[in-house]
Amino acid sequence: MRWKISMFAILLMVTISFAAASAQAKELKFAFQGTLNSFDPYNLNETFHLGTQGNVYEGLIRRGADMSIQPALAVRWEVMEPTRWRFHLRRGVKYHNGNPFTADDVVFSATRVRAEGSDLKTRIAADTKVVKVDDYTVDFITSKPNPILHFEWATWAIMDKEWTEANNAVSPQNVGGKQENYATRHANGTGPFKLVSHESGVKTVFEVNPNWWDNPNKTHNLTRVIFTPIGSDATRVAALLSGQVDMVYPVPVQDQRRVNSTPSTRVLVGPELRTIFLGMDQHSDELLHSSVKGKNPFKDKRVREAFFRAIDIKAIQEKVMRGLSEPSSLMIAPSLTPLSATHFKRLEYDPGKARSLLSAAGYGKGFSIGMDCPNDRYVNDESICTAVVSMLARVGIRVNLLAQPKAKYFPKILAPNLDASFYLLGWTPGSLDSWNVLHNLHGCPNLKNGGPIWPAGARNKITRGKFNLGGYCNPEVDRLTDKILGETDKKKRDALIEKAWGITIRDISHIPLHQQAVSWGVSNKISLKQRPDNVFDWRHVYMK
Amino acid sequence: MEVTERIRDSLHRFFDGDFWYSFTQSKITMISGGVTAVMLLAAFFAPLISLQNPFDPAALNLMDAFTPPVWAENGSWAFPLGTDNQGRDLYSAILYGSRLSLFIGFASVSLAMILGVTLGLVAGYLGGIVDVVIMRVADVQLSFPAILIALLIDGVARALLPNNRHEDVVVYVLVLAIGLSQWVNFARTVRGISMVERNKEYVLAARLIGISRPLIMLRHILPNTMGPVLVIATISMGVAILLEATLSFLGVGVPPTEPSLGTLIRIGQDFLFSGEWWIVIFPGAALVILVLSVNLLGDWLRDYFNPKLR
Repeated sequence: MRWKISMFAILLMVTISFAAASAQAKELKFAFQGTLNSFDPYNLNETFHLGTQGNVYEGLIRRGADMSIQPALAVRWEVMEPTRWRFHLRRGVKYHNGNPFTADDVVFSATRVRAEGSDLKTRIAADTKVVKVDDYTVDFITSKPNPILHFEWATWAIMDKEWTEANNAVSPQNVGGKQENYATRHANGTGPFKLVSHESGVKTVFEVNPNWWDNPNKTHNLTRVIFTPIGSDATRVAALLSGQVDMVYPVPVQDQRRVNSTPSTRVLVGPELRTIFLGMDQHSDELLHSSVKGKNPFKDKRVREAFFRAIDIKAIQEKVMRGLSEPSSLMIAPSLTPLSATHFKRLEYDPGKARSLLSAAGYGKGFSIGMDCPNDRYVNDESICTAVVSMLARVGIRVNLLAQPKAKYFPKILAPNLDASFYLLGWTPGSLDSWNVLHNLHGCPNLKNGGPIWPAGARNKITRGKFNLGGYCNPEVDRLTDKILGETDKKKRDALIEKAWGITIRDISHIPLHQQAVSWGVSNKISLKQRPDNVFDWRHVYMK
Repeated sequence: MEVTERIRDSLHRFFDGDFWYSFTQSKITMISGGVTAVMLLAAFFAPLISLQNPFDPAALNLMDAFTPPVWAENGSWAFPLGTDNQGRDLYSAILYGSRLSLFIGFASVSLAMILGVTLGLVAGYLGGIVDVVIMRVADVQLSFPAILIALLIDGVARALLPNNRHEDVVVYVLVLAIGLSQWVNFARTVRGISMVERNKEYVLAARLIGISRPLIMLRHILPNTMGPVLVIATISMGVAILLEATLSFLGVGVPPTEPSLGTLIRIGQDFLFSGEWWIVIFPGAALVILVLSVNLLGDWLRDYFNPKLR
């Protein structure tokens, strides 16, 4: 009899301890519309990738929930001379595998982020020298003064030199290539969460890092995080409503009422800093996908204006976005600039004028063109593209739409492939400043001034205009962009910014559409903080 | 005079015959036959009876998007069944979509039939190593679901063709993918029949007088297989339409600018939660009715050709 009782006691104890453990386990499950292709933090310069990786890897600085710059791996920094910045590193920080964090890791990461294949080359200028002063001090020596040197460093992950070298992952995984490296599926960061397993397109599992340096001040109570991509809008919403996941984003605009009217869930909506725009290939001598042969219609500004004027942005705002977008004349959210939202006006929607512009340019009979579009990246991206197709059809342009998931879309359109004539893309400046947009999207993508735009064979070396896929090029804009970077006087800088935007708008370098709204579906079990750059930072998640 | 008389004659024979009699004996068969005929005609004459051409992007107006059906509040006679998220009239889109679905169904079943009947005849009549090879291939293929084979063929075609060409040939790729995934049923049935027939006396007699093997297969054995082949073809037709809808629903079928019924359902699925039910319900109902009536016709055909089941 006694052994039976003791067996029962043991069983009871086991049950109780399990119950206690599950009471403590706070497992956050969330879903996003697209996949997490790679965990290599320099693979893809895209908000969702960098934001998710940012829970595992950390930069020298980090952004708070209000987007303010906070010290992270650097405790403080000082500008010794206008071209020499000194960063004092945090002591006692350990990587997830136990390796200590030192200045060597910063120097190593500065080399790797600028190496062939990195998509984040613009984080540090190519001619910036990174010098180790001692184990916990690093100097950055720039060729020109740069008052916003560190603005984008929240998304420049500092990798462990020893781990990366030991696992043969020194060269970053190239976004256009198909090869993988060890860092694609493994991670060794300093951040609040550790990567447990990563299966692209299926599931990614994280657990809390008990040795995180900032644990004394932590504002989350999670122990595990599971990310699943759910591409279908309806399925994603259903997963939230049924409680399978605790948080989904984005919530499709048509389903926000439904999510809000369900007692256990709510929608968080805020203006997003992302600008959605259409790009046009203006550098090729002949478009890759078009019926026009021997010349490139987009080189003619009248054609670009006709495309702009053919788009009924009000209809897109009202019907596709259901009011949750802000039509934009600028390639950056106006709140990030010194300019008011109405300072520059969009070209009026005018299909009649578009048609006469096309015939003036010699395309009275119209032409056909291929369009590339993601279908799992931005809010209603495919619907926007389909709407654009029918709007352009009305002025005589026949568009062949190719809408595909971002895992296929980005490698196709980004350098070195640049396989797009007309495409939809979105951009959030990581530094929250005009310079980033002017430099990345409007800078001349050539290696030396006056050289060929997007030189074949050297496309991976481009840094200025790395995301200027259409190859827009105006030397005056480049000159102004450089001046904006070095100008420390706010008034003068604002004037330069206004001037630069004026030129790109007059040139019709791109067709800006709108700033979309951030919309997250959240279970009432959790509280969190929504960032206007659409980054989901688990540091602020508290589970009931 | 001769011709009209002959037509009248054959009509008489048709309507007085067994076939028509059996057809009129079942109400369900008559209804499904009528529905199939109406849908075939509607699909065929779609350009005449539709209200807009939903494949022409210039005919669509985004401001018409999400109009509810005519009997609901804010409905309009311009769009009797409402519009989808791009302002496409659903009534017209269903007509054009079922036209596409029926075309792909007919073409792929014809492909499967030609391929399956030929291989089945050859395997059954020749026997031996030819039979073994063909039937083992069929067995292997039968162990995969048809949808997987169709996905595989579609995927290979996508990889081989450049992206911008794909759209022009996507319908033929679908025909190929669905056709190749359906031939096994034909082959197995025809093989069985031809194995039975090849030892019958009339075939032996034909061989004796020196008729060539292809001619025997074509003239003497093939006609005996036509009944069951017709039954399988009708039922495969329903399956093929569903396969096409499934592929399009998964987003690997026809492009969203030229929607088939499956594409329309995929588009509508996104709006199930938001109350715009008509975008998914009407194309879904059209698909159900079409496949159901074709299948019921197939059932009746099977009963007719197999009197034991009556």
